[in-house]
Amino acid sequence: MFLQVALVIVFSSIIALYRAISGPTIYDRVLAVNVIGTKTVLVLVLVEFIYERPEFLDIALVYAIINFIGTIAFLKYIEKGGLT
Amino acid sequence: MDLVNVISYSLFAIGSFFLVVAAIGIVRLPDFYTRMHAAGKSDTLGQSLILLGLIIHEGASFISIKIFFIILFIFIANPTATHAVAKAAFLSELAPWKKDGGKER
Amino acid sequence: MNKVSFTMSFVILYTFWILLSGYFDFVHLSLGVVSALLVSYTSHHLLTGDVRAEDVSIEMKRIIRFFLYLPWLFYQITLANIDVAYRVLHPKMPIDPRILRFKTDLKTDIGLTTLANSITLTPGTVTIDIKDGEFFVHAISEESAESLLSGEMQMRVKNIEGD
Repeated sequence: MFLQVALVIVFSSIIALYRAISGPTIYDRVLAVNVIGTKTVLVLVLVEFIYERPEFLDIALVYAIINFIGTIAFLKYIEKGGLT
Repeated sequence: MDLVNVISYSLFAIGSFFLVVAAIGIVRLPDFYTRMHAAGKSDTLGQSLILLGLIIHEGASFISIKIFFIILFIFIANPTATHAVAKAAFLSELAPWKKDGGKER
Repeated sequence: MNKVSFTMSFVILYTFWILLSGYFDFVHLSLGVVSALLVSYTSHHLLTGDVRAEDVSIEMKRIIRFFLYLPWLFYQITLANIDVAYRVLHPKMPIDPRILRFKTDLKTDIGLTTLANSITLTPGTVTIDIKDGEFFVHAISEESAESLLSGEMQMRVKNIEGD
């Protein structure tokens, strides 16, 4: 069951990948990448249940935080042309 | 099939449905601001439902606590990220799509 | 240095450490004390803000009222997702987006953040920007714009803020 759910999530992130590739504006791409990133967190949690490896939960927690910070940092970069 | 499995599997099903809806919405809706609605709402709920299903499947343990923290974080971070992208687009004067095709701001 | 925020940060961070590590031997517990002390020394003002001892009870009351607000929020989130699913999957896509602005008299950060995130999570509306107490909101249709402007959510969030 976990494998099927993970496959559905991967399928939906492939749909979202279309928006990340085709744009048209940079904000659409950022939004799509953010959505794919949060779906990745879910897949990481599901991997823990499929292979019974609890380490993946810590990776998922850290990835959720990095995904959020990455989105904010990237937006700041486009807005101001720098990270300072 | 006991009750716990029934509940958690139905949560998986509903959550996956909303995730697919969010993905379709991101592709199908006409402009950035409307895509935001799909990304900000359906994605948050879909993920939380699937993770909640995992918590119910797992029962009380440290794994459940960690998953609960992930849900909590997603609930705070996902709307905030959507809001940040929206603000950046709004400040760059990206015009919203209108039903009659006009580009009024 | 602000002692209240330092102590609160330390307690929160150390609880978080214990819950995440899941081990109760000497090495893990003492390492947790060291790192929680270090982090709360360098950045205690980030987690709780510059609170004073006499404000703690007001903040606690706000947090309790925030939890009482959650059931209504979850109900609205469910409605919002059914609404989005309907609009996305409908072959004609019944959307009529518009941007609206309204003033609010909320003052605290917790109130503004809660209102902004609640608007994003509830049916048909997404917060775009807050400037000097004025909200810019993108609504996906006329009904959702009207239901936001009726002000029920603002009243509930104002209730969290209290006096």
